[in-house]
Amino acid sequence: MSTQNSSTPVIDRPESSGAILEAEHLRKVFPVRQFRLFGPPLGVQAVEDASLALYPGRATALVGESGSGKSTIARMLARLYDPTSGTIRFRGEPVKLSGGARAMRAYRRHIQMVFQDPFSSLNPVHDVRYHLSRPLRLYGHARTNAEVTQQVLELLNRVSLSPAEQFIQKYPYQLSGGQRQRVAVARALAARPEVLLADEPVSMLDVSIRLDILNLMLRLKDEEQLALLFITHDIASARYFAEETLVMYAGQTVEGGPSDEVIQKPKHPYTQLLISAAPDSDRIKEGKHATLPARGEIPSLIRPPSGCRFHPRCPHAMPICKERFPKRTDLGGGHWTNCFLYGDGGTNLEQSLITVSKPPTKTEMSGQEKSE
Amino acid sequence: MATSVRTSDTLLEVKHINVDYLAANGTVHAVNKVSFKLGRGEILGLAGESGSGKSTLAYAIARLLRPPAEITGGEVLYYPRLHEGKEGQSLVTTTDFARGAKRGSAKASENGHENEVIDVLQLTPAELRAFRWNELSIVFQSAMNALNPVMKIGTQITDVLQTHRPDLGPDSRKQRAAELLRLVGISPDRLNSYPHELSGGMRQRAIIAIALALRPEMIIMDEPTTALDVVVQREILELVSGLCREFGMTMIFITHDLSLLLELADRIAIMYAGKLVEMGASKELLMHPRHPYSYGLLNSFPTIHGPRRKMSGIPGYPPDLRAVPPGCPFNPRCPLVFGECHTVVPELRSATPENPEQIVACHLYDPRFHEGIPSTADIAAEYDKLAERSTAR
Repeated sequence: MSTQNSSTPVIDRPESSGAILEAEHLRKVFPVRQFRLFGPPLGVQAVEDASLALYPGRATALVGESGSGKSTIARMLARLYDPTSGTIRFRGEPVKLSGGARAMRAYRRHIQMVFQDPFSSLNPVHDVRYHLSRPLRLYGHARTNAEVTQQVLELLNRVSLSPAEQFIQKYPYQLSGGQRQRVAVARALAARPEVLLADEPVSMLDVSIRLDILNLMLRLKDEEQLALLFITHDIASARYFAEETLVMYAGQTVEGGPSDEVIQKPKHPYTQLLISAAPDSDRIKEGKHATLPARGEIPSLIRPPSGCRFHPRCPHAMPICKERFPKRTDLGGGHWTNCFLYGDGGTNLEQSLITVSKPPTKTEMSGQEKSE
Repeated sequence: MATSVRTSDTLLEVKHINVDYLAANGTVHAVNKVSFKLGRGEILGLAGESGSGKSTLAYAIARLLRPPAEITGGEVLYYPRLHEGKEGQSLVTTTDFARGAKRGSAKASENGHENEVIDVLQLTPAELRAFRWNELSIVFQSAMNALNPVMKIGTQITDVLQTHRPDLGPDSRKQRAAELLRLVGISPDRLNSYPHELSGGMRQRAIIAIALALRPEMIIMDEPTTALDVVVQREILELVSGLCREFGMTMIFITHDLSLLLELADRIAIMYAGKLVEMGASKELLMHPRHPYSYGLLNSFPTIHGPRRKMSGIPGYPPDLRAVPPGCPFNPRCPLVFGECHTVVPELRSATPENPEQIVACHLYDPRFHEGIPSTADIAAEYDKLAERSTAR
């Protein structure tokens, strides 16, 4: 696509940047099975031109509401879905979408996934040992029963399920949500992957257990130099967990960069909305009450709004926002956004547009006051 | 705040309530001697991990428990509003329920309004029917699935009105349903929509509209926003608190996410293993959590602002309620545990002399066992040590 300008350094130099898994211009349309006599067939445009890169020993957070396409991206990276267009590169090599079960298995040896719901991602009729022994045998890490048992015990210890000897024979119904999620993490680790895709790994868990699981994954990331993709709707945990944050809205990536930069100085109106909606104890301590700058929900992606898909909810929408999606604007320090308020690609729009951009600066100011 | 006058007046009193689940492999004491008072127009937040008994407590108040759950002790007393004061805007002609209340009251004096008390646990099924929805309504967990998928939204609202207000004609029922939808921010032309045509947030609003149909005095919300996105969640919270303030409704808001309650609730009660471990004004609780568990809950979520630091959450898992550890149930997970915690069960007491309203069940505040009152910073220091240990390995 020609719209991409040179201000996206990460994607242009795959070899030197050391990214292990990269996605370029991913697009996914799910067909809608509906009889239509006239007109083209409909499709759910779940992901529209998304690019991202994962690095060993680093975590990237993908933040957005449900329906923003963040899970679809993870599933494309895990090759559960094939992208409609775009390329996935693993260690710089484009991943072939053809190829049978053998190629798929070879790919998934390196890329594993942890699912959202630990209550349905474990098979209720099998015990913990079975769940962990499957990937061990499948990827040839253990052959004999003794080897399997020994490695399963090691895995359980690595995810802090101790005493491992007791957990090995438990069934999912005997485990709490947090323990199940640990088993799910251990199962992903059993394949000895280089990339771990975690699709809302803590959203189904109790608040008090969440940090435990996040800390576990952070520790594993450091120990094994895993490249982590962390999908969440909670922007505060993205800041806690990930070095880099990407914000998605309705299938479009709208902002990204170093987590602290994105969250402390949000530029895109949608990121600002997400942050003002998040509970914030500092705000309450100071007796402030934030009002939501925008309301509503993610639009239907069968007939998404034209141009920037956030424009119907955006408090700063301009006529141009309806016409086309803005190019990526580099804000320095790796921080970028796709929003006309900050220009269009490298080129700034006319001065008149910049004056319109006053309101976000105001909210931003109050955000800075809070942090001080 | 305008509601402060009202809150002095008690609406609901829960006394030493016990709920057990009679399971084949042992009795589960899901709620253990919980007592509290709820003022008129007050918003009480009830927080705790799953399995702490918070939903069971709410269901016990609404008498919704079914076997194997059983209320094995205690009282739930409900003080209906003196009906003269109720605004004319309400559709519920208040005398209607006054009759029901008198029938239902175990302790009501023969002709006086003043002493009218309803003992909820003693109501007969017919009285219970009149009590629920007129006085107390409940919004269930995963309320998004609580709507009947093959009935229109409008029908589901008028259904409630038809059952509880047989005197209303079809037209006024429909009018009322439209009014309710407008109240919760849905355009009234959605009356003819089916649930699948609405988004999650709108379904949640519709459920709230149904709960408000008879303008109850009190509403219980059991994790109403768990399945929703942050922005929508925020909108629902604003809606709910707005409605409560507008109609002077009393609310119990149950959640495992304490961060939601901080802006919403007037008071917060924290439950652990079936017991109330701390209760106090939400601002006080936020600034000075007294129980180590409350501190842990408050520090379980990362913040948006401020320095990025290692956090530990609360170590371990909630106990199996069939075998609660002796002494304080939190002792295996508590970073400040000491001798008596393993043997003596703590009772609720005022945490500090300055603020007797904030009560806590912890030996750290009992002069018999512990000298001096630990500050929030002391608790924080112990948790920080824990965080260092957990990340060091």
